Amino acid sequence: MLIFTLKRLLSLALSLIAASVAIFFVVEIIPGDPARLMLGINATQDAVDALRTQMGLDQGVMARYWLWISGLVQGDFGISYTYRVPVAEMVQGRVWVSLPLAMYALLLSTLIAFPIGILAAAKRGSWADWLVMGGTQLGVAIPNFWFAMIMVSILAIKYQLFSAGGFPGWDDPLAAMKALTLPAFVLALPQASILARVMRSSLLDTLSEDFMRTARAKGRTARGAMVHHALRNAMIPVLTIIGLQFSFLLAGAIIIEKIFFLPGLGSMIFTAITQRDLIVVESVVMLLVFAVILVTFLVDITYALVDPRLRRRA
Amino acid sequence: MKRILTGASVLALLASGAIAASTSLTLGDQLEPPHLDPTAGAAGAIDTVVYINIYEGLTEFAADGSVIPALAKSWDISEDGLTYTFHLQSGVKFHDGSDMTASDVVWSLNRARAEDSVNAQKTLFENIADVTATDDTTVVVTLSTPTGNFLFNMAWGDAVVLNEGDDVEALKTAPNGTGAFTFTNWVQGDSITMSRNEAYWGEAAKLESVTIKYISDPTAAFNAVMAGDVDAFPTFPAPENLPQFEADPRFTVIVGSTEGETILSTNNKMPPFDNPLVREALAHAIDRNAIIDGAMFGYGTPIGTHFAPHNPAYMDLTAQSNYDPELARTLLAEAGFPDGFTTTMKLPPPSYARRGGEIIAAQLREVGIETEVTNLEWGQWLEEVFKGKDFGLTIVSHTEPMDIGVYANPEYYFQYDSAAFQALMDDLNGATDPAKRTEILQAAQQMISDDYVNGYLFQLAKTGVANANIRGLWENAPTQGSNLAEAYWVD
Repeated sequence: MLIFTLKRLLSLALSLIAASVAIFFVVEIIPGDPARLMLGINATQDAVDALRTQMGLDQGVMARYWLWISGLVQGDFGISYTYRVPVAEMVQGRVWVSLPLAMYALLLSTLIAFPIGILAAAKRGSWADWLVMGGTQLGVAIPNFWFAMIMVSILAIKYQLFSAGGFPGWDDPLAAMKALTLPAFVLALPQASILARVMRSSLLDTLSEDFMRTARAKGRTARGAMVHHALRNAMIPVLTIIGLQFSFLLAGAIIIEKIFFLPGLGSMIFTAITQRDLIVVESVVMLLVFAVILVTFLVDITYALVDPRLRRRA
Repeated sequence: MKRILTGASVLALLASGAIAASTSLTLGDQLEPPHLDPTAGAAGAIDTVVYINIYEGLTEFAADGSVIPALAKSWDISEDGLTYTFHLQSGVKFHDGSDMTASDVVWSLNRARAEDSVNAQKTLFENIADVTATDDTTVVVTLSTPTGNFLFNMAWGDAVVLNEGDDVEALKTAPNGTGAFTFTNWVQGDSITMSRNEAYWGEAAKLESVTIKYISDPTAAFNAVMAGDVDAFPTFPAPENLPQFEADPRFTVIVGSTEGETILSTNNKMPPFDNPLVREALAHAIDRNAIIDGAMFGYGTPIGTHFAPHNPAYMDLTAQSNYDPELARTLLAEAGFPDGFTTTMKLPPPSYARRGGEIIAAQLREVGIETEVTNLEWGQWLEEVFKGKDFGLTIVSHTEPMDIGVYANPEYYFQYDSAAFQALMDDLNGATDPAKRTEILQAAQQMISDDYVNGYLFQLAKTGVANANIRGLWENAPTQGSNLAEAYWVD
């Protein structure tokens, strides 16, 4: 288990280094001078040059990469070109929108997917199965930005039950949760549909295994066999999907954050790119890559804990 | 299914109607400012928040665009137009409690014109030779050459007075001005809140607090207004939605003018646009009304030169470049392009440019000019078009007030190089007599119109929407900022 973990850690470190190089140099080739963008078209060239010096943009690319990466290792994300405040400070505010939103969505997704996935598998071929399969097909197919706008039109504009968007901050936790509810639901729906379908097919695979017949033969009820034998064995693919979905929800909520004007990481990256706030783009994308790689690493470790065969093979 | 239904009813319980207090106002705006120091950035969004409301200058713009006294209650100008003596208001305090004195003014102006200054409008200060405080409430500014629009220059957001010795880096997130509102809070990515300054030297603000909420997406902006999340959206991003607001008694639509001359910028050094006949043909190939109707849903005033129509010195020269495709074809043939030519049109993100660009491309095709249209982001636009001058045509709104002076700079991106025009601008700078200034400004308008420097399209309208019970919001936008101290609610 120790060797397995070490190997995984090494691959995690290598991925991070490769990612940092890719991110930095891809961002560097975006055309556009951050200093000129800030000062606008009437500014004199010497004012722009003065700002470039202030931002450290007059140094070479390699020097800036080294500064950035050595700072990152020490937990220093750099200073935003545009806002002139530490990136870490900016990220902190945003993480407390994006992370709870991702977790809320994942929770909703699991709460919806598990019961209906199990129901569809247990009653395979019944009307319930048909309903679940049809419904989830629709759930995957509906674009979530469109669904978001429909929800806003009905719940926020027509009935005024919710705000059309925005985030009041965590001072009032109830208001904050309420502000996140619609976006989380919209994000959760396609994820739940995918998860329910994976749950169903994984369960069906397990249900046809010999050990299930054995379990029933030794006197387990259908429900008991399902809970104690089938569900546990069907969990690996489901865990994989949940891991992937979490990464996706954390980094991929840009459009939903735009529609609900939530101050999350996605909208922050979006604005930073248009403002050529390169250091923010680099650091935040790096942070997200780190989060995704970390989740993958944790899922890998969990597999090995669940299934001893995996660590011997690795 | 039952579980989902229970969930929904819990959500419904969570929902409670927000009641707008009549002493606070929530405004929507599209762009969040990068920081809050108007003396270190061009972003109009900075001025939208802080100009007049938080920071004040020696002079300021009134709602109609005229220049009125602010921190300077009066001034004397010497005969030769070189010495301005400003008499400051007394008893003015910064929000941190310290007194605003003449030395703060000296410090602020010197900082703006210093060698390492990052002021986005450094040219406003370039003629200042010396700034001295003769006593606590008197500042004497000496100019190197007469600058007719010096009082106007001092009204810009870039010329506001800061507290001497304040940490300017800290001011970027916690401004310390003299205005009727004090900065309260900034939830980055979401909103900025300011509160009434109870110790304000002038007439106190009517509202207790103002929150500006940032909503960049036009659809989200529409939703936020409809759902009552914001009380007003002074510069509403989607003109196509305005008729819907107009029909709804809950809202009023506010239409005013801005300082934004929207022009089809033409690269005067790039063939074939270096030929005046080609530029003249271009001017006659454009149907301004079709562009205003098609791209701006009817909001906007046609212009024939680079000048704001609400300015008293404005000349209506639209007839000189009237829509006449037949004439355009004749002129093109005369210039040696009977079959037209192909050029590039690079468009920045605003919808006036993207939508207007499509319409103009179609109109130019009518007279034989083919355009390769490229959509650029602001960063790319600044790099390729503004700095690199690698473009044939582009569409942009020049939003700085009274910016006809940029035509005197041959290095400016559209590269108009006319000794006559440059001499005219020198004369303008030397003139302080209003009648004389008007005369020169009109000659300048006529000259760029005669030279067909750019295609002059329309003055950008300011279209906003507000709750019908709000009064005192500015109709026009003489600058990006507006005085919110005058806003209030009626029942």
